[in-house]
Amino acid sequence: MVLPDTLLFAMEAALNGLLSGVMYALVALGFVLIFKASGIFNYAQGVMALFAALTLVGIQQGQVPFADLIHALTGVEMHGFGWTLPAVVAIVLTGIVMIGMAMVIETLILKHLVNQPPIILFMATIGLAYFLEGLGDTMWGSDIKAMDVGLPQGITGWIDESTNSLFGYGFYVDQLNIVAMVVAAILVTALTLFSQYSKQGRALRAVADDHQAALSVGISLRFIWVLVWSIAGFVALVAGIMWGAKSGVQFSLSLIALKALPVLMLGGFTSIPGAIVGGLIIGVGEQLFEFFVGPLVGGATENWFAYVLALLFLVFRPQGLFGEKIIERV
Amino acid sequence: MNDMSQAAPTADGRKIGGVLMEMKNITLRFGGVKAITDISFDIREGEIRAIIGPNGAGKSSMLNVISGFYTPQEGEVWFRGQRRQPMKPYEVARQGIARTFQNIALFDGMTVLDNIMTGRLTMMKSGLLAQALWWGRAEAEEVAHRAQVEKIIDFLEIQAIRKTPVGRLPYGLKKRVELARALAAEPKLLLLDEPMAGMNVEEKEDMSRFILDVNDEFGTTIALIEHDMGVVMDLSDRVVVMDYGKKIGDGTPAEVRANQDVIDAYLGVAHD
Ligand SMILES: Nc1ncnc2c1ncn2[C@@H]1O[C@H](COP(=O)(O)OP(=O)(O)O)[C@@H](O)[C@H]1O
Ligand SMILES: [Mg+2]
Repeated sequence: MVLPDTLLFAMEAALNGLLSGVMYALVALGFVLIFKASGIFNYAQGVMALFAALTLVGIQQGQVPFADLIHALTGVEMHGFGWTLPAVVAIVLTGIVMIGMAMVIETLILKHLVNQPPIILFMATIGLAYFLEGLGDTMWGSDIKAMDVGLPQGITGWIDESTNSLFGYGFYVDQLNIVAMVVAAILVTALTLFSQYSKQGRALRAVADDHQAALSVGISLRFIWVLVWSIAGFVALVAGIMWGAKSGVQFSLSLIALKALPVLMLGGFTSIPGAIVGGLIIGVGEQLFEFFVGPLVGGATENWFAYVLALLFLVFRPQGLFGEKIIERV
Repeated sequence: MNDMSQAAPTADGRKIGGVLMEMKNITLRFGGVKAITDISFDIREGEIRAIIGPNGAGKSSMLNVISGFYTPQEGEVWFRGQRRQPMKPYEVARQGIARTFQNIALFDGMTVLDNIMTGRLTMMKSGLLAQALWWGRAEAEEVAHRAQVEKIIDFLEIQAIRKTPVGRLPYGLKKRVELARALAAEPKLLLLDEPMAGMNVEEKEDMSRFILDVNDEFGTTIALIEHDMGVVMDLSDRVVVMDYGKKIGDGTPAEVRANQDVIDAYLGVAHD
């Protein structure tokens, strides 16, 4: 099949956009979970991903937590346990750390702020973000680390070959993006099954719908908060792994949260499918816009395209594509 | 419609047992406002106990104290012979006390069936891990609870709306679904805050019948708040009358109706 070059390049760009959109969606998902259940916009979601990634790398490579601090206080030099754990073990251990973190957050912060207006809770999560950022630094050091959990990277052979034989031009698609897509699909399926069919999932939906009613049927809000933050912590871990593998584990990882914002404005803050579709639209839109319009305006449009799109949505459809329509009661 | 007068509590041979719940000298304040002042009364096993009084008398507050939503500054709450320490609403619910709300608190986004199923959440045993590992067992449990819920749905005659999202239902049916959810918990004590408020005559008659049937068939003890004197007289075994946070009467419907303080409160005699 002979297609014009421009079309082929555009298709390649769109495909890659689709896949990086999945990466955005992964981050947005964490926000949606907490917002839906408790109406809290968790500013710390991005830092949680960074913290999870740092912890994962640290545990996997046998780094001693707080090594610099211990050295400064006691003079003891102790930088490594001298092991390298299998990725699966390190992921499970990090998952446990994230659950522990959820419990601490509930006990130290959320418990004391029940019935406070959302803005107060939002401010609290800003504090949490800075605290976690510092904690991650102190525990694991601030050097850039490589995430190596055995995810495949580099050109995806079969896509290259099949497109080559089809169009005479091989698309370049990073294997990592394919993995991200599979992981995201599994994650969303698991979350959906959990929320629809498990006892805790039903309790979670109940709390998201009406606190008072949930209490009256015997649901403990504290348990639900720990559960929600644990799940959000786990989603942050997944996002941290994928983004860490893509661009290294370093402070800028926490800024992926910024990319989640436009995704949320498109998809709505309360919709899991919305987070996915929003991510995909932004991923594809970004690539295509750069491809067609970028050259005319000097490039680098992906730095702002998502935000302008989000702004348009804010003006014309503030509840997002899938969010519940906001009808003010009078 | 069945004739209400036939359900006169004295004539039907229901068993009324010992004291199930006792409120002793309850006082509840909101800042400077006293919502409840030094009120004592008890609820006996198997009875229908009404709490009546004008708007703002403190009736809902009393129900909220029983269900743990409010914690009184003074007084003791005794349940099944034991003094109850201050409890969270969810802990009270797990003790077998279910309730409905004056302003209806349902899960609007869920179907009627799912709403009623939440009433059985605390009875479900399978933990998170067990559900993931032994999917079959969790499913068998779900099916068993589902069967109970279907019975309640039949009982309250809401089969036709089982799959409807609750948010779309008219007011009267919402009240009925809320009752169904409370019943799903198979409570020892059922608290109903104005179950008939805002209903038309026919809906009121239906609701009265359901309340009597619940009490009759399951032996559930019921404490209910109601505005409509006529309904209260027909339904209840004993009545507490509140006015301005104080108890001004307590007894059988006939006794209460003859009480001069109650008559004054209801006829709106000037309070000064
Ligand atoms: N959460 C609350 N905060 C402040 N005041 C309250 C609260 N709940 C009830 N009150 C006050 O307590 C009094 C009794 O109210 P309530 O129990 O709702 O009365 P009733 O149900 O008999 O109409 C009222 O003066 C009401 O304003
Ligand atoms: Mg009331």
